[in-house]
Amino acid sequence: MNKELIEFRDVYKYYGDSPALENVSFKVYENEFLTLLGPSGCGKTTTLRVIGGFEEIQKGVVLFDGEDLTKILPHKRQINTVFQKYALFPHLNVFENIAFGLRIKKISEDVIKKKVSRMLSLINLPGFEKRHVNSLSGGQQQRVAIARALVNEPKVLLLDEPLGALDLKLRKGMQTELKNIQKQLGITFIYVTHDQEEALTMSDTIIVMKDGVIQQFGSPQDIYNEPVNSFVADFIGESNIIDGVMIRDRLAGFLGIEFECVDKGFGENTPVDVVIRPEDLKILPNDAGQISGEVVSVTFKGVHYEIFVKSDGYTWMVHSTKTPDIGDIVGLSVDPYDIQIMHKVV
Amino acid sequence: MYKRVLAAPHIIWMGIFVLAPMLLVLYYSVTSVADGRVIITFEHFIRFFDAVYIRVLLRSIWLALIATFICLLLGYPLAYILANSDFAKKHSLLFLIIVPMWMNFLLRTYAWMTILENSGILNSVLETLGFARVQFMYNQGAVIFGMVYNFIPFMILPIHSVLIKIDPSLIEAAKDLGAESKRTFTKVIFPLSLPGIISGITMVFMPAVTTFVISRLLGGGQFILIGNLIERQFVNVGDWNFGSSMSMILMILILISMKFMPKDEAATGGGLI
Repeated sequence: MNKELIEFRDVYKYYGDSPALENVSFKVYENEFLTLLGPSGCGKTTTLRVIGGFEEIQKGVVLFDGEDLTKILPHKRQINTVFQKYALFPHLNVFENIAFGLRIKKISEDVIKKKVSRMLSLINLPGFEKRHVNSLSGGQQQRVAIARALVNEPKVLLLDEPLGALDLKLRKGMQTELKNIQKQLGITFIYVTHDQEEALTMSDTIIVMKDGVIQQFGSPQDIYNEPVNSFVADFIGESNIIDGVMIRDRLAGFLGIEFECVDKGFGENTPVDVVIRPEDLKILPNDAGQISGEVVSVTFKGVHYEIFVKSDGYTWMVHSTKTPDIGDIVGLSVDPYDIQIMHKVV
Repeated sequence: MYKRVLAAPHIIWMGIFVLAPMLLVLYYSVTSVADGRVIITFEHFIRFFDAVYIRVLLRSIWLALIATFICLLLGYPLAYILANSDFAKKHSLLFLIIVPMWMNFLLRTYAWMTILENSGILNSVLETLGFARVQFMYNQGAVIFGMVYNFIPFMILPIHSVLIKIDPSLIEAAKDLGAESKRTFTKVIFPLSLPGIISGITMVFMPAVTTFVISRLLGGGQFILIGNLIERQFVNVGDWNFGSSMSMILMILILISMKFMPKDEAATGGGLI
């Protein structure tokens, strides 16, 4: 494991009386691509702004390289930010925007020229030095904003929903590009997004937040396959979430049917949330499945079909390459290890 | 067609009260009546290029420049404080700046006369405190003071409206890139507020260079500015041709200074006035 770079220890922050961060603790390591993921108002941007020095905390400790980060003024931190709407200086051209941080450090003109042109080729915009920032497209402005931050060789780059304003195709391209830049330079990236797909694609580690509280911390695979509660399951990918009861270890009951599963340790007859991913449900002939229901809609989604099956008490979302007709009575089955049992969110 | 009908009152108004008088001024400035016949001539313009008149013009420009500079020096910090204060404070401050503008310009200047006069309020206070009376009025200082007092809102308001439009994330970006407060100001805030400064300068300089009321009331007629000279041609001397030619010269001067006005509408913050 790499060296520890940033640590949040029991951090609390309030806006007036309402908590923005509650008991937030996590660690960030060197070379890590960490994503803070959650719906708007979950505290992900606040967390980022605490690291950047734009917000103060009321309780807890934030360490940077072992030092108390809150004691270091924003302009002295070895941290740079790519802002949500880029925040490029409109009175400066591309070269001067990128050179801004270097000029503040009073670096010699030769070095500035060299570093800026290296950055411009890194972000694929060579020859754009004299261009006015307002004449650039959204994607180009985005790259300039990244270059302006990276040219200062920060230890940590903070990115606040940097791809939010770009169209889908450009966003996909930039995701790969960002990931490549991060690998190439070996800098820690802390990335804020509400787009779960973006988080899964790029991150080494994901922190899922809700209402200022960390819900889950783990690798993309962990978070997708083993969500700790129904909020995470619902937020990451699509899910069927059903009220159920853990009858005993390895046996769950929902919709009046008993299912074998692999979870244990919930006690006996404990109310739980049962989560089943739509791709884990198999469509079988009626009677062959564990659940039976009527097909109410079939929608083509490219690689698969999204099928809704109405059973007694719940309408299931199924992702399948099979195409039953609307009105068909089908059976659904799920393997024991595809049933996720989680504690109810209080 | 419908829109054109709606615009008609405005067009007629502008034609009668703006275009026609301007054409008249132009007409008088280049004509002369000799032997009952109207002839076209540039003699009035040539007459202006005399040391006496040029001195008056230069003095007007000089005093207006000083007043504009003082307005900028006092107005910028005020606009900056205004832009960065919270809602309640901002509105009481803005109120204080705008309230005097609700009163008539002449009235305000007369009010200052009663304060600054030799037997005025200020001198009475000084005398009671045991100081000698001071000659506040009838000098350059009084004229400049009057210009600054009357025109400073035109400096504050456009600068303020540009400053409040600066995206706060730009200031955060500057801090993020290592700039402390001073360099955040010199490298980001000040350059971005330039359009407001330019429009403030023009909006103060133009009325200051053409004023004749301030110089007459507070300068006591001893400081003749170009505005007084023009006024005198029409009111006292009756030489409309010479007055018109001086007006034209002043207008050309203003047009030249207008060239420095910022091009984009957003930067000219007349919204509050």
